[in-house]
Amino acid sequence: MASRTLHFKIYRYDPDKDRKPYMQDISVEVDENDRKLLDALVKLKAKDDSLAFRRSCREGVCGSDAININGKNGLACLTDLSSFPEGKPIVLRPLPGLPVIRDLIVDMTQFFKQYHSIKPYLINHDPPPERERLQSPKDREELDGLYECILCACCSTSCPSFWWNPDKFVGPAGLLAAYRFIADTRDQATNERLDDLEDPYRLFRCHTIMNCVDVCPKGLNPTRAIGKIKALMVARAI
Amino acid sequence: MFRTVTIRKFDAVIVGAGGAGLRAAIALSEAGFKTAVLSKVFPTRSHTVAAQGGVAASLGNAEEDHWHWHMYDTVKGSDWLGDQDAIEFMCRKANEVVIELEHWGMPFDRLDNGRIYQRPFGGHMANFGEKPVRRSCAAADRTGHAMLHAMYQRNVRAHTQFFVEWMALDLIRDEEGEVLGVTALEMETGDIYAFHAKATIFATGGAGRIFASSTNAFINTGDGLGMAARAGIPLEDMEFWQFHPTGVAGAGVLITEGVRGEGGILRNSLGERFMERYAPNAKDLASRDVVARAMVTEINEGRGCGPHKDYVLLDITHLPPETIMKRLPGIREIAIQFAGVDPIKEPIPVVPTCHYQMGGIPTNYLGQVVVPGKRSQNEVVPGFYAAGECACASVHGANRLGTNSLLDLLVFGKSAGETAVEELKKMPKAHKDLPKDAFERTLARLNRLETQKDGANVHETRLLMQRTMQKHCGVFRFAHLLKEGVDKILEVQKRVEQTEIRDKSKVFNTARIEALELENMIEAAVATMVSAEARKESRGAHVRDDCPDTPECPNGRDDVNWLKHTLWYKEGNRLDYKSVNLRPLTVETIPLKKRAY
Amino acid sequence: MVRRNVVGAHYGLVDWLAQRVTAVLMAAYAMVVAVALLQGAAADFVTWRSFMASGLMRFFSFVLVLALAWHAWVGVRDIWMDYVKPVSLRLALHVLTLFALIGSVGWALGILWRL
Ligand SMILES: Cc1cc2nc3c(=O)[nH]c(=O)nc-3n(C[C@H](O)[C@H](O)[C@H](O)COP(=O)(O)OP(=O)(O)OC[C@H]3O[C@@H](n4cnc5c(N)ncnc54)[C@H](O)[C@@H]3O)c2cc1C
Ligand code: SF4
Ligand code: SF4
Ligand code: FES
Repeated sequence: MASRTLHFKIYRYDPDKDRKPYMQDISVEVDENDRKLLDALVKLKAKDDSLAFRRSCREGVCGSDAININGKNGLACLTDLSSFPEGKPIVLRPLPGLPVIRDLIVDMTQFFKQYHSIKPYLINHDPPPERERLQSPKDREELDGLYECILCACCSTSCPSFWWNPDKFVGPAGLLAAYRFIADTRDQATNERLDDLEDPYRLFRCHTIMNCVDVCPKGLNPTRAIGKIKALMVARAI
Repeated sequence: MFRTVTIRKFDAVIVGAGGAGLRAAIALSEAGFKTAVLSKVFPTRSHTVAAQGGVAASLGNAEEDHWHWHMYDTVKGSDWLGDQDAIEFMCRKANEVVIELEHWGMPFDRLDNGRIYQRPFGGHMANFGEKPVRRSCAAADRTGHAMLHAMYQRNVRAHTQFFVEWMALDLIRDEEGEVLGVTALEMETGDIYAFHAKATIFATGGAGRIFASSTNAFINTGDGLGMAARAGIPLEDMEFWQFHPTGVAGAGVLITEGVRGEGGILRNSLGERFMERYAPNAKDLASRDVVARAMVTEINEGRGCGPHKDYVLLDITHLPPETIMKRLPGIREIAIQFAGVDPIKEPIPVVPTCHYQMGGIPTNYLGQVVVPGKRSQNEVVPGFYAAGECACASVHGANRLGTNSLLDLLVFGKSAGETAVEELKKMPKAHKDLPKDAFERTLARLNRLETQKDGANVHETRLLMQRTMQKHCGVFRFAHLLKEGVDKILEVQKRVEQTEIRDKSKVFNTARIEALELENMIEAAVATMVSAEARKESRGAHVRDDCPDTPECPNGRDDVNWLKHTLWYKEGNRLDYKSVNLRPLTVETIPLKKRAY
Repeated sequence: MVRRNVVGAHYGLVDWLAQRVTAVLMAAYAMVVAVALLQGAAADFVTWRSFMASGLMRFFSFVLVLALAWHAWVGVRDIWMDYVKPVSLRLALHVLTLFALIGSVGWALGILWRL
């Protein structure tokens, strides 16, 4: 693949000068070293230094560069440029459902507030032993598919229930984290955690629409975790 | 124009929320001090999140192990440039800090008996260098991620006050040299603040982005180094940079050494397992500097692979697919994403890639920043601490062992935090007054950027710096290239002083942020080039063509003239040296020896 | 009243369970009726009527009506919760929904009774 030109339609909004957001048409040359959408964004920024977006690790582990790409949430650094059809402009927007600060940068306060609301830390009231707390490899396996979350917010911002109630519904990322602690044999607060979630908004706003599973760049499955929380609630209620 | 600075007062301010910053924050918050933690990114987006292989601790879960053996390996790995007091301190503390993390919920992999899983890693041996030992505590190939999240979570529990997406700009120091906080930019509003504090801890990470090809994140721009250098603090041992043998060719993304630990083999264009020629015993698992140089030699001699013959291949196609899926799931993902190959079926193209900065802000093992003064070569700078990759304690000396960096940030993050707690308890309630010119440097830098006309483009200047560093100060160092490199990098520095940005807006102006970052990177780059040019020996990661292996200088190492730490001062672009501490805290000195694996 | 965002109502599990259980019930009812139809239970009005008037079927229909109403109540309430933010308006809508549903149930039961 030699160099080629990519066309973009990018959501632009600078509160300092724009009365309202608009879509900017812009194109950029990329060459064979530019594999990912993030590479193209970096080149775009070299052209127009006012384009604002977040990025850091460029390898899909930090969760900075989640944006809405052709209508679907994803990480720019993991999106292949070759996956875009020729001739059609690539449409980039900020993550839906959160307030926009500038261009592709959204205000994630609400998202992290929900994450913090589930008490995302291990609760164990026993005095810590001299050595590690023991955990069998099988019990440890329960945490696989849960602890890998990078808090990118792709899932929660594609969830209609989160759009309508971002202040009250914990959202898929937060619920995945909640189950990560419920599933940890070292955590002693399972009942308190279930009590806290037993609420028509916090947990039961999830209607199993599965958008979250579809977009998670790490291949995690929040819906399954949510199902397991519900199953535990049923088990304790009957 | 920037004119106003809002002042906020804290007991302590920590700059950086990676592993080192978060560990220090836990110590201060749990001791009840009013602590501000500043970070350019949300804490879990710091680059510690990318660490793969593990964290070293002689827990002895898999087989017998001892901190003294770990200490021996670290001194040897450092090519005797590490300070032995700090190394002893770190290796003795390792078990404690790793167990703490486990108690805080870090999801380590487990052995059948329920204890933390440990894997072998390059350079970590049993019984003073006898045979490899399993010392690296791991959570799959996502150890850094698991660690960083666990520490962030502990901070949530401790109600630490975070200032997320705030960039520290400059250190505030008074006439007596005492550090009184930092100035900072709130990215979301573009407003300038000063954090007035009795203790200031730097944990800003490395400057790996000064090289063109790097495993580091975009944000690893050495801000702490730049701020310290501008405030008159020297930078120690900046010529020592670790090049990791296996970065994905083109992308720079890291492929952990653990891949070779699981049986991966390096091959050249002839399909030959060339490491057999360079390290007959350890082969592909020789130490990082040895493997990296062997790869570069193969490529230079025309046995590289690909259309431009500029990389070699890392082959694991002979491993059972189940092993790859279970032990290296993240690596398979990276190979598919960034090399476009599934390692189960095809080898991965790799090249040595800039990875880790051994040098940094000089500290002692308590995490206090130290500089040469009238009384000693290690006088404490009051109120100033540093830990993690931005600091130089110095435990890694001329070459870091894999998994010792995550340990470094835990041990010294904790000790910096705890030393600050002890000092804060002794200090008066009131803050010392800020000097009159506290904000001058910051405002001058910002306003220079505002008014610059016909200046240099930030993106292009950064590329020029990165290419200059890569070409003149890479894996192998050549006397004439270094000499040229010094002139070139000083020229780049002049351009950096005249960068211009088109976007002058206030809200989340990333153009301004990148320009300010470049001003920090160039300090690290100049320090590196100048220190490297001056050190006329080969030691650890610093290998010169004009200092080969001779009987007087084994491996090119010259202990008579060069067993000393470099100190680079920004003012006058001046070098100074200080002696290496060969005296451990309690045990006997590990005597100088030729380094061979 | 202070404007606070309050959650923690400690219900929701029963409703969620009820939705699943009632859905299963409705599906079962549909199956039974479908099977009956295939076997000619609706050949003419009289057979159909006598089929529906049997004790077992009457009980089954009774349960269906209750299940349907409960299911509808949770579903409609969820919609009000998603889209209607002012609490007073939402309360009013809830009450209206309840009345409508109770009314419908009564009406349906009346029909069943007359069979
Ligand atoms: C790909 C990769 C894999 C690695 N694997 C391993 C491994 O397996 N084992 C091991 O021991 N080591 C490993 N290392 C090395 C190790 O991960 C790093 O050295 C270590 O994580 C550095 O941690 P830190 O806390 O010092 O800095 P970082 O984690 O880089 O954090 C720096 C922090 O400082 C903040 N910051 C920087 N500048 C400013 C500023 N101006 N204002 C405000 N905040 C600022 C950033 O926002 C960030 O929060 C690896 C490194 C890489 C790149
Ligand atoms: S499954 Fe639940 S959490 Fe996931 S998108 Fe649907 S409603 Fe949201
Ligand atoms: S669950 Fe997946 S999509 Fe959601 S925040 Fe975590 S990594 Fe991102
Ligand atoms: S830049 Fe870190 S996830 Fe994309």
